[in-house]
Amino acid sequence: MTGRDDNLISVFIDEEEFLVPPGTNMVEAARLAGKEIPHYCYHPKLSVTGNCRMCLMELGMPLKDHSTGEPIIDRRGLQKIGWMPRPAIACATRAFPGIHIKTDSELVRECRNGVMEFLLVNHPLDCPICDQAGECSLQEYAADYGRGYSRFVENKNVKPKRTRLGPRVMLDDERCILCSRCIRFCKEIAKDDVLGFVDRGSYSTLTCFPGKDLQNNYSLNTVDICPVGALTSIDFRFKMRVWFLKETPSICAESSVGVNTHIESREGKIYRITPRRNDEVNDTWIPDSGRILYKSIDTDERLIHYTIDGSHTLVDGAAKEAATLLREGAVAVVGSGRASVEEQYLLGKIASAVKAISVSLVSRTGDGDGLLVSADRNPNVRGALLTGLITSLPHANLGGLASAIESGEVRTILSFGEDLTQCGVEKQLLEKVNVIYFGSHCNETGEVAKVVFPTLTVFEKAGTFINQQFRLQKFLPAVPGPQGVLPDIVSLGKLCSILDGEAIPPTGPEGVWAEMNTEIPQFSAIDFENIPINGILIDGSQWEHLPFIEGMSLHYDPDNNRQIMAEVTKSK
Amino acid sequence: MAFKILERKPLNWAERTYLPQIITGLKITLWNLFQKKVTLEYPDVRPVIPEGYRGIPTLVKDPKGREKCVSCQLCEFVCPPKAIRIQPGEIPEDADYAHVEKAPKQFDIDMLRCIYCGFCQEVCPEEAIFLQNDFSLSGYSREEMVFPKAKLYEMGGTFPDQHNKWGKKQQAAEEAKAHG
Ligand code: SF4
Ligand code: SF4
Ligand code: SF4
Ligand code: SF4
Ligand code: FES
Repeated sequence: MTGRDDNLISVFIDEEEFLVPPGTNMVEAARLAGKEIPHYCYHPKLSVTGNCRMCLMELGMPLKDHSTGEPIIDRRGLQKIGWMPRPAIACATRAFPGIHIKTDSELVRECRNGVMEFLLVNHPLDCPICDQAGECSLQEYAADYGRGYSRFVENKNVKPKRTRLGPRVMLDDERCILCSRCIRFCKEIAKDDVLGFVDRGSYSTLTCFPGKDLQNNYSLNTVDICPVGALTSIDFRFKMRVWFLKETPSICAESSVGVNTHIESREGKIYRITPRRNDEVNDTWIPDSGRILYKSIDTDERLIHYTIDGSHTLVDGAAKEAATLLREGAVAVVGSGRASVEEQYLLGKIASAVKAISVSLVSRTGDGDGLLVSADRNPNVRGALLTGLITSLPHANLGGLASAIESGEVRTILSFGEDLTQCGVEKQLLEKVNVIYFGSHCNETGEVAKVVFPTLTVFEKAGTFINQQFRLQKFLPAVPGPQGVLPDIVSLGKLCSILDGEAIPPTGPEGVWAEMNTEIPQFSAIDFENIPINGILIDGSQWEHLPFIEGMSLHYDPDNNRQIMAEVTKSK
Repeated sequence: MAFKILERKPLNWAERTYLPQIITGLKITLWNLFQKKVTLEYPDVRPVIPEGYRGIPTLVKDPKGREKCVSCQLCEFVCPPKAIRIQPGEIPEDADYAHVEKAPKQFDIDMLRCIYCGFCQEVCPEEAIFLQNDFSLSGYSREEMVFPKAKLYEMGGTFPDQHNKWGKKQQAAEEAKAHG
C-alpha cells in the first residue's frame, strides 16, 4: 500500500481507491477524486483553522493487531477498517497510506444538515439585496443540505450592517459565518493584521482593530474569499448581479508580475476584475490597484478615428500615408512595454523594413511590494527582448531621441502607445518631425501626430505578454472596442505588408504566431490557440544577464529564476 | 385501404324549397331576440376581469408607500423575451428605508416585448411585481411602449405586505438598540 515509485499513496474515498501525493489535504484529495466536500473556512492558500465544521466526514484506517503488528483480516479476506465513532473534519486531515473516508454517508449528511441549520439560525434573509447571491457557498450548500424552513422561533441576532472596513470593503456582520478566512488572509498574505473577532458565542462579530482600517492594496481579496456576502466591494456594490457576468481570461497589465485575471462583463461593459487562480504566478490573489484598470477604457479621451493631419480617414488610408512617411527614411521607432508580444514583433518588422535609426522602449518603474506588484510597471518588456525589438533594457527618458531630432538626424517618429512628451521629448520638438502615433487615448503626442491609429486596450484584444518569470501568458478580448477601431495587430499588419511588398497582413494573433514560429527559436513549438491557460515558461536564459529591476515577489526570486531558466533550457 | 363511395341522397320536395331551414333559422333568431344580451360594447363597456388574469406587469408599493422592489434582478434574468431592464441602486443611509439598502435606480419593461407569461411575478422574492388587469396598450412609438419605473408604480398601486419582512427587521434592530 505504501511506497510507490512515483511517491503517490493510495487513499480510499467512498470505497474507491485513488492515488494522491502524501500529505494531501483531504478536501483536495476528494476534489481530485471528483467528489465535493463542502467547506467554508478551508482555503487552499491559507492556514487551516477548522472552525466551520462543514467538512465533516467519516474517517477510518486499516486495523493492525497491537501485539503482533499483523493486519487484521476480515471474512472477505480484506484488511479490516476501523471507523472512528465520530466524524472528523476533512480540512484538517492529511492523506496517509490506506486512509478511508466516507463523504456521502447517512451520518455525514446528517452532520452537514445540522451544521447548515446552525449557520442559518441567525442568518438574515438578505439574498435579494446581497451581492454574493449567485456565488454564495451558503446559498449553494443550503440548497443541498438546508432544511427548507426554520425551526428557530426566537428573534435573530442584530449586528452592524453597512460598515465600512476601509476605503474599498464593506462589511455586513449579520451575514458573516465567522469562518476567519479574511482574518487569516490579512495576517498571512497581506501581512496587515487588522481584522479580528470580538464578543463570544452567537454574538461574535468581525471587526477592525480600533483605530485601524482595512486599506492595504490587497484588501479586496477578502471580498473574493469571503464565502458569503459579509464582505462586499464598495466599488462593485449593487452594480450588477453576478449571474449576468461573463468571465474572460485575461492578464493584468499593471506590472511585470502578470497576474492572471477574469474580466467580468455584461453586454460589452466591464463590471469587475477578479483573480484567476494560477499557482505559479498569483495563486488566487490580485492587488486592488489592478482591479480598477478597466475604468479608463470608457472615457471621452479615447481615440476612435484614424486620422491624417487631423481629418478622418480609414485604416488603409492611414496605413498608406504612414508608409509613405516611413519610406522617406530617418525613422525612429518608439515601442511599448505595454504592447503584446505580437504587436512588438510586427513593430520590429516595420523597424527593420524601414531601417530605423533607433528603436527604443520607455520604462515605467515604481516600488515593488514584494507580492504581486513588481518594480517594472511594463507588463511585457521581456516580450520586446524575445521578439528582438530591443536588445537592452529600456530607460525612462528618451533624451537621445530629443537630440537626434534637434540635429535633424531623425525626420519621422513612429510611437506605439507612448506619449513622447512625457519622456523627455518636448512638444515643440515633435512638431519639427513627422509623427505617426498608435494610441488608445488622446495625449500631446497624438495632437501633433500627422497620422493617428486608434488602438485597443488589453480588455478589447487578444494577445500575449511575457512576465518577469519569462512566462508567456495569453489574454482574450472581453468587450468589443470602440466602433470602427480594428485590433492593433491588423493595423500594424497592414502597415507592415505595404512596407514589405506582398505579404498578406495577419488578422489575429494566430497569423503572427505562425510567422514567429519560424523566426524566433524560443517560440518554435507554440501556437496561440494552444497556449495553456496557466501560461508556459519560455527559455529566456539568453537575457538573464540583463539587470532586470524586479525584486522578490510571490513565486519569483530573481536569483532563483536563473536556475529555473537553466532547467527550461536543459529540458529542450 | 379501400374506400367506400357513398351515394348522395336526392333532396325531397320540401328540402328543395329550402323553407324548413329558413324557418328553423328564423326561429333561433327570434328566440335570441328575447334573451339576455351577451355582446359587449367594447371599448365603451369593459369586460369583468377574472381572478388570476395576467395583464401587463406592474410594480407595487407596500401599504406604507415603500417601493417593494429591491432590484434583485431575478425577474430580469427569468424574463423569456428579455423585456425587463433594471439598473440597481443603493438607498442612501439617511433615507427612511435605509435598512432595505437596495432599490432600483431604473426599471424599464418593454411592453412590446412582454408576452404576459407571469414569470416575473412568480420569481420575485419580494412580491413586488404583479401582472394586473390592464390588457390593452397602444402608443405612437416604440420608445413610448417602454414603461419606466414611475409609470409602472403608477399602474401598480399598493399591495398588502403579508410577510412584513423589512418591517420586522427594522423593529428587531430598534429593540436591540433599546436593550443596548
Ligand atoms: S451571504 Fe449568501 S445566503 Fe446570506 S444573504 Fe448573502 S447570498 Fe444569501
Ligand atoms: S467576513 Fe467573510 S471571510 Fe470574514 S470571517 Fe466572516 S464569513 Fe469569513
Ligand atoms: S410577464 Fe413574462 S414577458 Fe412580461 S415582463 Fe414578466 S417575465 Fe417578462
Ligand atoms: S424580482 Fe422583484 S424585487 Fe427582484 S428586481 Fe424584479 S420586481 Fe424587483
Ligand atoms: S472547512 Fe473544515 S472545518 Fe471549515
